[in-house]
Amino acid sequence: MHGFANPARFLRIARWLTPLCLLAGTVVAGAALLYGLLGAPADRLMGDTVRILFLHVPAAWLGMAGWMTIAGASVTELVWRHPLAGIAARAAALPGAVFTAICLITGSIWGRPTWGTWWVWDGRLTSMLVLLFLYFGYIALADVSRRDGGNGRVAAIFGIVGAINVPIINRSVVWWNSLHQPPSITVGKSAIDAAFLWPLLAATLGFSLIFAGVVLARMRAILADTQAEARLRRKAMVQA
Amino acid sequence: MREVLDQWSFVLAAYAIGVGATAVMIAWSWLAMRRAEKRRDEVRKR
Repeated sequence: MHGFANPARFLRIARWLTPLCLLAGTVVAGAALLYGLLGAPADRLMGDTVRILFLHVPAAWLGMAGWMTIAGASVTELVWRHPLAGIAARAAALPGAVFTAICLITGSIWGRPTWGTWWVWDGRLTSMLVLLFLYFGYIALADVSRRDGGNGRVAAIFGIVGAINVPIINRSVVWWNSLHQPPSITVGKSAIDAAFLWPLLAATLGFSLIFAGVVLARMRAILADTQAEARLRRKAMVQA
Repeated sequence: MREVLDQWSFVLAAYAIGVGATAVMIAWSWLAMRRAEKRRDEVRKR
């Protein structure tokens, strides 16, 4: 793990991995969504609205995975002082927030024809909305910390503490009464028909690759900004 | 009275928002990365 702590080594790998992840993710997610829109059958109960599944579920998964990435990177930053861990955590915040917002919006659109309402304040929807607010808080904290020249410790602690919301989201449909259906896919078994399951897994893989590509691109951008600012500071000190 | 909704309008709206937001995020992140790396290279050359 510490072998990747070297920014130069990371950049050598990220240079080819970033476009590869973005391109492969776009192709796989695009094909899965196209199949979901045009090829998948309508559901017996939900009709054509079931097609929203191929966007909504990967977005929900990546919203939660994004925060777990922040939490994992924050632990690595605080415990092992890995120089790229804090950058990885900051880079994961924006795509995590975007996918959480996509999950909430597509879920709301799906809810209107299926449940008869755009929104209910139940456990699943509310905890997902809390996750979006946690992302906003983390992005603001990390930004303030960077501008003030801080070490990002407060943002890292916030990232770890905020992870408590992820298992709450996951178990919310079991713990509380909800309009939202219980989990359809659990470890080793699925209640989803193969006609929906395989394109759903393909869409999840595609969006995960896009997520990884965006995180790598944002890490490269943060690293380049940091290196440029450090060089400018050094030059200013020499001239002074 | 039972309300009849056109399901395809909801499906297309969800796809437009989901795909559009993802595309904007990819383009924005890629361009920000290129801009930052270009700036770093220019600072190095000075």
